[in-house]
Amino acid sequence: MNEPTISFQERMETAEFRVHHQAHIVVDGKVCADCSTRECVIACPANLFVPTSDGGIVFNYEQCFECGTCYIVCNREGAISWHYPEGGHGVVFRRT
Amino acid sequence: MSTPDVDVVVVGAGPAGSCAAIVAARAGLSVVLLERGPFPGSKNMYGGVVYPRILDQLIPNWWEEAPIQRWVTRRSTMLLTETQALTVDFRSEAWGQPPYNGATAFRPDWDHWLASHAEAAGAQVLTDTTVVGLLRDSSGAVTGVRTDRPDGDLTARVVIACDGVNSFLAKEAGLYTHTDAKHFTLGVKETLSLPKEVIDERFAVRERDGVDIEIIGGTGKVNGGGFLYTGLDTLAVGVVLKLPKLAAQQQRPEQLIAGLKQHPAIAPLVQGAELKEYSAHLIPEAGVAMMPKMTMPGMLVAGDAAALCLAAGIWLEGVNFAMASGMYAAEAAVEAVGKGDMSAAGLAGYQRRLEGTFVLKDHRKLRRAPELVLSDRVQHLYPPMVANVVERMFHVDNPNPKPGLRRILDQERRKAGVKRRDLLRDGWTGFRSFG
Repeated sequence: MNEPTISFQERMETAEFRVHHQAHIVVDGKVCADCSTRECVIACPANLFVPTSDGGIVFNYEQCFECGTCYIVCNREGAISWHYPEGGHGVVFRRT
Repeated sequence: MSTPDVDVVVVGAGPAGSCAAIVAARAGLSVVLLERGPFPGSKNMYGGVVYPRILDQLIPNWWEEAPIQRWVTRRSTMLLTETQALTVDFRSEAWGQPPYNGATAFRPDWDHWLASHAEAAGAQVLTDTTVVGLLRDSSGAVTGVRTDRPDGDLTARVVIACDGVNSFLAKEAGLYTHTDAKHFTLGVKETLSLPKEVIDERFAVRERDGVDIEIIGGTGKVNGGGFLYTGLDTLAVGVVLKLPKLAAQQQRPEQLIAGLKQHPAIAPLVQGAELKEYSAHLIPEAGVAMMPKMTMPGMLVAGDAAALCLAAGIWLEGVNFAMASGMYAAEAAVEAVGKGDMSAAGLAGYQRRLEGTFVLKDHRKLRRAPELVLSDRVQHLYPPMVANVVERMFHVDNPNPKPGLRRILDQERRKAGVKRRDLLRDGWTGFRSFG
């Protein structure tokens, strides 16, 4: 009775994002490099923090829910600089 | 000092902001309601149930026009272990008739509707506009906001910050002393499509009647809770997760939703339903323990921005606290503008109203509840203990005779590793909060 599983990408495609060309969140990879806990990687509901093989983190802002989880769980001062996107941009939840 | 552009700027067209704008505009003040999304509600998400009685005076007979999905006539509280489920289920015909109780609704619909009332009352609703900071005078009093529009400064006699759980305005003004991850939970939700007839049949409801299921113990090792709500032809299923635990347990949010959906008590309810939208939002979970100062010269803070969200296990309410605090903030702003006194003293009517109504009375009464509900014992030890007690009570183990309840209780308590002292203490905390 298993449900058909969908990929994470398909999951994210169910939400609408009006992407602005400028990133509203900037991650400083230098600060992240020696972080071993990596709370953001687990907690971000949009899975936007991706560890790289060389021990860094790649961050994509495009499909962000703007929830704030990443900067609140982050223990590193200055690692994540977080703003809301330009007016009219970013996530748009559906009307029925 | 030059004349401000408007009497009141409200930041954020969620339930707090729109109710504030309605009250201020109806009192004859000039009001601008700013919204950073393309329409009010576009950034907003919650589990799914609103308790709108606070609107009785603001929008009489609101139920005739409010964009609700279903009226909650069945409320279930579910305790889950991996293989067991204990449900307390209540239903009432009264909750399906005016003036109703709870309703399921989508926030983009609900917030859009409330903002249309603000507009009708005379407020100017400005969407696609992000507020990037406060304007303040030399004494530190708030005199307006800076937006991301060209020449986007907007001066006002009073700013009402309803800018949500992350409230950068309250933080910029220093009203929050610190931000602590343990005060927040992350809510993640799947909106699933399912034909109305199937929902009616599975959940044993008719017409616009709906079900609200609150779940404890369905989030694995991560402290939190689950929910399942019925829309008209959708289900909302999701989990609420304590942030530090989520990060520590190495389980991702969508995996925890998947786990809940696979539980034997939940799977038959959601079977075959297709994902329509995945969404997420932070919840200011800790109540009184995290609340900021809500009044300062020239500015008031309402709704989630002021952590006015009640997460007390069996009671999960936020939109009603937002709507009420927005209304009270605007009433205080109207008084202050009338007196020409925008100092903290001039705006003191806000705190007085919060203290005098359910907004802070409920929060103070339940101030210990959020921590208790999310504690390790309530989350991980009590559910299996209680479920095992019930299982043994109803398990007919012939030829053995029925064991006494007291003996079962004591055995299961010990098996779960629960100290009698802790059980009594938690029971007392619960009784003082909920009793």
